Amino acid sequence: MQYEPVICFEAHVELKTETKLFCDCLVTYGANPNTHICPVCTGQPGTLPVLNKKAVEYCVRAGLALNCTINRESRFARKNYFYPDLPKGYQISQYELPFCENGFLEIEDRNGSSVPVGIKRIHLEEDAGKLLHSLTVADSENYSYVDYNRTGIPLLEIVCDHERNPIGSLKQARSFLEKLRQIIRYIEISECIIEKGQFRCDVNISLRQRDSQHFGNRTEIKNMASFRFIIEALEYEIKRQTEILRSGAEVQQETRLFDETKKITLPMRSKEDAPDYRYFPDPDLNRIEFDEEFIEGIKNSLPELPDQKIRRFVDQYELSQYDTLTLTKEKSITEFFEACIPYCMNIKKLAGWIINDLFKLLNESSVSIHDSGIKPQNFAGLINLISQGEITEEIGKSVLKEIFKTGEQVSVIVNKKSLKTIQDISVIESKLEKVIVENQKVASQIKRGEAKPVNFLVGQVMKETAGKANPQTIRELILKKLLE
Amino acid sequence: MELCDFTASELSVLLRKREISSKEITESVFERIDEKEQQINAYITLIRDKAIKRAEFVDKKFSKNSKISPLNGIPIAIKDNLCTEGITTTCGSKILENFVPTYDATAGKKVFQDGSVLIGKTNLDEFGMGSSTETGAFGPTRNPLNIDYVAGGSSGGSAAAVACGEAILALGTDTGGSIRMPAAYCGVVGIKPTYGRVSRYGLISYASSLDQIGAIGRTVEDCAILLNSICGFDKYDTTSVNIENPNYLDSLKKDIKGLKIGLPKEYFVEGLDPGINDKILNAIKLYEQNGAEVIDISLPHTRYAVSAYYLIATAEASSNLARYDGVKYGFRATENIFNSIEMYKETRNHGFGKEVKRRIMLGTYVLSAGYYDAYYLKAQKVRTLIKNDFDNAFEVVDIIIAPVTPTLPFKLGEKLADPLQMYLMDVYTVSLNMAGLPGMSLNCSKIDGFPVAFQIIGKAFDEETVLRAGYAYETFIQNFDKDRQ
Repeated sequence: MQYEPVICFEAHVELKTETKLFCDCLVTYGANPNTHICPVCTGQPGTLPVLNKKAVEYCVRAGLALNCTINRESRFARKNYFYPDLPKGYQISQYELPFCENGFLEIEDRNGSSVPVGIKRIHLEEDAGKLLHSLTVADSENYSYVDYNRTGIPLLEIVCDHERNPIGSLKQARSFLEKLRQIIRYIEISECIIEKGQFRCDVNISLRQRDSQHFGNRTEIKNMASFRFIIEALEYEIKRQTEILRSGAEVQQETRLFDETKKITLPMRSKEDAPDYRYFPDPDLNRIEFDEEFIEGIKNSLPELPDQKIRRFVDQYELSQYDTLTLTKEKSITEFFEACIPYCMNIKKLAGWIINDLFKLLNESSVSIHDSGIKPQNFAGLINLISQGEITEEIGKSVLKEIFKTGEQVSVIVNKKSLKTIQDISVIESKLEKVIVENQKVASQIKRGEAKPVNFLVGQVMKETAGKANPQTIRELILKKLLE
Repeated sequence: MELCDFTASELSVLLRKREISSKEITESVFERIDEKEQQINAYITLIRDKAIKRAEFVDKKFSKNSKISPLNGIPIAIKDNLCTEGITTTCGSKILENFVPTYDATAGKKVFQDGSVLIGKTNLDEFGMGSSTETGAFGPTRNPLNIDYVAGGSSGGSAAAVACGEAILALGTDTGGSIRMPAAYCGVVGIKPTYGRVSRYGLISYASSLDQIGAIGRTVEDCAILLNSICGFDKYDTTSVNIENPNYLDSLKKDIKGLKIGLPKEYFVEGLDPGINDKILNAIKLYEQNGAEVIDISLPHTRYAVSAYYLIATAEASSNLARYDGVKYGFRATENIFNSIEMYKETRNHGFGKEVKRRIMLGTYVLSAGYYDAYYLKAQKVRTLIKNDFDNAFEVVDIIIAPVTPTLPFKLGEKLADPLQMYLMDVYTVSLNMAGLPGMSLNCSKIDGFPVAFQIIGKAFDEETVLRAGYAYETFIQNFDKDRQ
């Protein structure tokens, strides 16, 4: 019997608003415990929530970017449960009438075709605090500490639809997560840094017979701190559920925790123990009504999304699929690329230099493109010099390193250090003669018809000319000199 | 008659003439407290030293500026479910017995800004859950008119304090009748404004969609003075409504000729004390004699109000009271606690009283999976029907007159053992909270030494007409008394 997985994510994204969802406290990371709290976010008696409009805007942004219907009327609900990191004893969330419903996300599937993944809803809620367990054993038995800095930070919950185009493979799962994160970053509502807890995921998984419309019992997996762990957890869970089904038994509907050292999932609570959250509309917050103008405004403010960009790049710049995908991964890079274009004479070379040389520098220095010294016009100027043969690729690389650090003008560097390619053949010829004299053995090998040592001589001449000679010209000169 | 027996409007005139000082009034109030409080137990917390200092400060700053609020220098009591910065706010509960808020409730802040002098925090049913001010952790409040009887609730402390001169004015809160009922039992005036008229910020929630802060005074005019101070939109309470606030004193004395008064037939039925029934009909006759028009109306869904109210109120309460878990503030049980679940259980078991626990359990049940539609949702539908009843009635009439309570004050402990009997005391008051309408309780007569009150119900945000009708009634009575002399 062949089984296929039905995978549904519940992703939580912390929004990068300036202040929390229902009070004026700043949204921060890594601050000292309980330094960004107030009577509202610590649930002091008598306090009331006041909705942060920016967070609502961000939620609608996400909804539009993920092709959702935006409900013209929405409301908040209380999700009731007891936990020390939840100061009010309920979380303000959404239940009936979330802001966004019925969307989809197109992802890459096998052989590059794209498939839509159904998104059931996107809603806004407040984050909970953090429990800090004492490091000393004696204490940890008696106490935990609570940090409420995170309490009330706006959180998006993005829920996949298990009925409408659910994810059906690990590959799809991975590309869904990556694409989702990419879009969230594109529309600039969260940095989505997983290590900072800005992007967290639970996942529901069940197996069903291939092409069956009937769903099997699902398990929910929690506690996965990276994309890799999510995939590992799914991998394990698919194996586990397959074995159960093959043995003729039934998968228990339950919540499981992922153990990242053992790479297995372990039962956390059964269906019977599932809490009853007693959702009901929050009477402290009015219904929210959107007018068309509000939604249109957000629609118009959305940036071009990755898919649109890829299509346009292929059409407009005639770039390869690979180059396009690489260039559009990060919005900042895409923007940089396009900012270079008005000044650039060779777009393919521009793309190549960004993907190979600039990426290398960015990765090595872990500096963002905005914080580096590279400015579009200057970078494009460099590409122009290279593609016109004014400077060699070799020289181009060193100039790039310099402007990356200092931000100095390419033309200034090239002139100051007289780095332009040597156009006078006789200069190269004299250097070549010197090199041949110093490398008689190699020269005779070439004369005998060996091709390999040619590169060595080219390299030597490059050295003599401080990289300023065109290697192709040198090669031609060597062959002419030694073979004719 | 001592200074503490004067009304706020009388005192403000004397203060403005500098014939008396705020300190003298405040001292007079504390003398009365010394004399009566031990019996009445209107207060949970008294702040004598702070109050005297505050009065001295107000006296020093006093100017003859005509714009100064009539509240300036007037001693006021605040119900102990309204947060006061630096002053213990208990909600009448052991679970908050040591809770000191870090901020003032907006309504409190406003009356302080207008120069009033806080005397203390008044007693209440625990978290406002009760109709007799007996369920709190700090003993019952007794009715100043007869200390064997209850003061009504849940703002019983506020009403009793105003009734016996332990305060000139008081803030109360009303979720299902908690201002109007004790005002009726103690023989003072109490008004619950329209939902959204006064910010709830700093009011410790019982049932968020029903709670509203209001005023208790000895006259309609005094209530108008206090309302002028506390009404208005507050950005910290997004359920408060951003509309213009009239000056309630401006329209207070206008004529009521032609005023259309509705009498709901469902309110004058079996179950209403016949004595109360007669006295209210007498009051209505007075209105008629003075040019008002009386119209019979129907509020057909009245009989479902109490049931629906107790579903909605307890549902919201079960959630609102979840924050009292021993983690952050208030009482925490520490004996034999080995994990957080036990801490919650023991803290809440020992911190809450019987009635609060009853309502939390009821509300939890109401919201539970499988019951939500049958109870909570259905109750919300009833709520809409009740609101529609009033909307229809107010197409024909300007105000509605109704009883406040079905019976006269009862003895302490008399109904404590029978919660259902107690809940039925709210039969005439809860509908207004469900519909969000303003209502005022006003004294109209006496039976066996106990006050009889009637209720004036107004359209949403039309407190002006309610107050005007109330003031008119007071004037009829004064003229009537004068005629007799």
